[in-house]
Amino acid sequence: MAAPSANQFPQRSGAAPKPKVPGNHTRRDAPGADADADADDVLLDGIERAAFGYFRQTVNPANGLVADTTRERWPCSIAVVGFALSMYPAAVERGWLSRDEAVDLSLTALRFFRDSDQSGASDATGYKGFYYHFLDMQSGVRVWRSELSMIDTALLIAGALTARMYFDADTAQEDELREIADQLYRRIDWRWAQDGGTTMKQGWKPESGFLHYGWEGYSESIVLYVLALGSPTHPAGSHTYEAWTVTYQWENLYDVDFLYAGPLFIHQFSHAWIDFREIRDAFMREKCSDYFENSRRAVTIQREYARRNPLEFVGYDEDCWGLTACDGPTRAMPDAYGGARRRLFGYAARGVPWGPDDGTLAGWAPLASLPFAPDIVLSTVRAMHERYPQMCPDQRYASGFNPGLTDAGGSYWVSPGHYGLDQGIVAMMIENHRSELTWRLMRRCPWIVAGLRRAGFTGGWL
Amino acid sequence: MNGATNIEQRSESGVTLASDSAERERLDNVRPLDWRNPPPASCYDLVIVGAGTAGLVAAHMAGNLGAKVALVERHLLGGTCLNIGCVPSKAILRTSRLYAEMRHANQYGAQIPADIRVDFATVMQRVRAVRARISRADSAHRLTAAGVDVFFGQARFTQTDAIDVEGATLRFRKALVATGARPDMPSIPGLAEAGYLTNENAFDLTAPPRRLLVIGGGPLGCEMAQAFCRLGVQTTIVQRRPLFLPREERDAAQILSDAFARDGIEVRLNTQVRNVRVEGGAKIVDLVSDDYHSTVVVDAILTGTGRLPNAKGLDLEAAGVDYDARRGVHVDDFLRTRNQRIYAAGDVCLPHKFNDTADASARIAVANALCDGHERLSALTIPWCTYTDPEIAHVGLYVREARERNVPVKTFTIPMHDVDRAIADDEEVGFVKISVKERTDHILGATIVARHAGEMISEITLAIVAGTGLRTLSRVIHPYPTQAEAIRKAADACVRTCSLPQGGHEQSRATRIA
Repeated sequence: MAAPSANQFPQRSGAAPKPKVPGNHTRRDAPGADADADADDVLLDGIERAAFGYFRQTVNPANGLVADTTRERWPCSIAVVGFALSMYPAAVERGWLSRDEAVDLSLTALRFFRDSDQSGASDATGYKGFYYHFLDMQSGVRVWRSELSMIDTALLIAGALTARMYFDADTAQEDELREIADQLYRRIDWRWAQDGGTTMKQGWKPESGFLHYGWEGYSESIVLYVLALGSPTHPAGSHTYEAWTVTYQWENLYDVDFLYAGPLFIHQFSHAWIDFREIRDAFMREKCSDYFENSRRAVTIQREYARRNPLEFVGYDEDCWGLTACDGPTRAMPDAYGGARRRLFGYAARGVPWGPDDGTLAGWAPLASLPFAPDIVLSTVRAMHERYPQMCPDQRYASGFNPGLTDAGGSYWVSPGHYGLDQGIVAMMIENHRSELTWRLMRRCPWIVAGLRRAGFTGGWL
Repeated sequence: MNGATNIEQRSESGVTLASDSAERERLDNVRPLDWRNPPPASCYDLVIVGAGTAGLVAAHMAGNLGAKVALVERHLLGGTCLNIGCVPSKAILRTSRLYAEMRHANQYGAQIPADIRVDFATVMQRVRAVRARISRADSAHRLTAAGVDVFFGQARFTQTDAIDVEGATLRFRKALVATGARPDMPSIPGLAEAGYLTNENAFDLTAPPRRLLVIGGGPLGCEMAQAFCRLGVQTTIVQRRPLFLPREERDAAQILSDAFARDGIEVRLNTQVRNVRVEGGAKIVDLVSDDYHSTVVVDAILTGTGRLPNAKGLDLEAAGVDYDARRGVHVDDFLRTRNQRIYAAGDVCLPHKFNDTADASARIAVANALCDGHERLSALTIPWCTYTDPEIAHVGLYVREARERNVPVKTFTIPMHDVDRAIADDEEVGFVKISVKERTDHILGATIVARHAGEMISEITLAIVAGTGLRTLSRVIHPYPTQAEAIRKAADACVRTCSLPQGGHEQSRATRIA
């Protein structure tokens, strides 16, 4: 794929004052705004296309599985397959993939999961309709003794349902695609994943049973709960959503009221599929807010933290932020970066304001909040690209970079290769910002609608 | 007991004998070797069983009221707090904190000393000196001088109004059971054979173990793990749950985990101890976390950091007092047992096993027993603090508890990195979180994570007890710069949001900074 390099980014006119209107949508009535909008669209198109290219690059066409990262011999992450399935429709719409190719790739993946070993054995692919987090790219069996993952299964199934909603043609292939997607969803035993308790467990292993911890506090798992509640076959218990949301914390931090969660990805992942604008559950009704607005406030919190920069890391300010789950340097890395002398966290869910924070930022994380605060995000994206172009070579973001950790030549640390989750969330959120494609598809998905209603959501498009 | 323990002498009753002047002074205060129990009075207004914090407070209070009081102690006056709990642990924490600061002196613009060596014997000598000094306040002789009959020996109820102590019968109009609690030992195969430390003997160490495993991530386990680590002991802490301090706010527990990692403690969360064995003098401990099995090799194990009430062996059945092994003595809200003559206070009957709560409960029990009072345990506002670095203090409801009661909650959070004095002190780790009932300034609870959180929480406790709203604290001048200013900042934030019109996004947008 040919993509412009970082220094070829479409530039804004520069003549127009930056809109300062708080809210969810860019104001287009300022002088030069049209030119800016065009430049923004070219920029976003390039990044989205480069992100989507990750899936084409790493998919195994024989089984539809997609690699977790571009690193050698890395396995498939089922969540990344979910992002790929969700992006094939957008790629069709944008002309990056033919409909036939998209159907073929989607169907191959769905058939693989349908026919996979569901015995729950230590070398199977899944159990009770759920799947192990990491699978061998060729055989599709469990690797790394990974857990049967509830949230990653949910992201996979969200992708399958996106494909189901988009590929609506009356053809044998698309009929089959829709049928398998339904089948995969219907066979998931969500209630089993409660292990007799009130909330969903995070995982299960054949060697030791359910993991000992569940979901505590606001997290990316709304989509999991919505899918679990919407199931026509094995729904989660009716009180499960309430039992989870009772652990929420509504905080006033840096003078902003918001539903607290530290890492930015928590405020993004469920939003890739569900349009949360103006639909509210009981908690958000009580707070006169909604999850979309909350994610916008999370952007403000990130900027305020970066502005304060309490640990005094290089590069942080209001236009350079993005603490989230991402790859970072480790003590094992070459000492040229001085890694042995600092506390470094490797791949970790970085968050604000309590950390962990080792000076590593995810360049893609602001962009994945694009729909919530477009003006702020776009100015941040441009500023970060200008300062740290190596974090996004050929317009595809590295998972993380650390501006303060430099080698002898003065080059700052950049995570090698790319991660599928990062590319997936960036591509989907850009697409939702540009066309609302996935949101529109999922607003019509009966299981999502049923799940939202059972969770107590009302109002807006619902 | 563990081989690293070096207790010079023990009497037949297991009492540690004096090994230096400080110990001699302490034992002379808390268990004089030549003590002879006094002849019992014909009938006491109040017989108190157990001379820990609750028992001592009750004895003084009852004495001040003019009551004839007997105080019975099986072991040492002062109980857990003075001898094997709060006092020695805080003394050792102070020294360990100093060592940590020495190692990070450059953070404070100072030179790191060239040769930081821990003299463990001196550390423990100071612990004993602190303990001896504090023991003077409640010595057996001072109690006697105050008119309290002090009896050493095992107390057993013989009737609903009588107690036997070493053959002497003590008749009473009212009695108070205040026998405290003891370490709750986990059932781990091989642990007893391998030997272990608890808080009951850890402060008797005269040489540090090279490698220590702490089993249990509750308050005491966390405090001791950090103290020993900072004193140069290679320390591992194992906690069955995914976070330390399972009752606490999860951000607080997470910050503590990070602090432990910074100190160099090997943190094993979500991990259980399967068994212990001894090989070549070392203790081999097998661990499991889900399906991940591992082994650690240590020289000492510290455990029993939970607490079990001391309710057995008192023949409470003879007095018609109900109890069980886990809850201890059963009491009502007035701290009365099923026998209306007999009350209980402190760790033996309370879920909150804290020194300060034992003190408060003893006052309630004495007032109700001797003054026909109707004071209720449930009326107490109980703060608590874990004295790690940073400290974690809490009072009132947790957010989750409030939400479970359908109380809408809003929490005002001030990171310590927004507090000038914390920045100047380089003590920015932590926060003040104060929760109020939504759309009011009625304080529901607070959690403070800060270097001196224990000192700071009292302001919130006072506000709760006095019914003072959070906005009022905004008008209270806090000396600048102090770390307690974080509380005023939270109050200021409350004033800012509460003064704005309610409802909808517009209100919320108006509160943001961006």
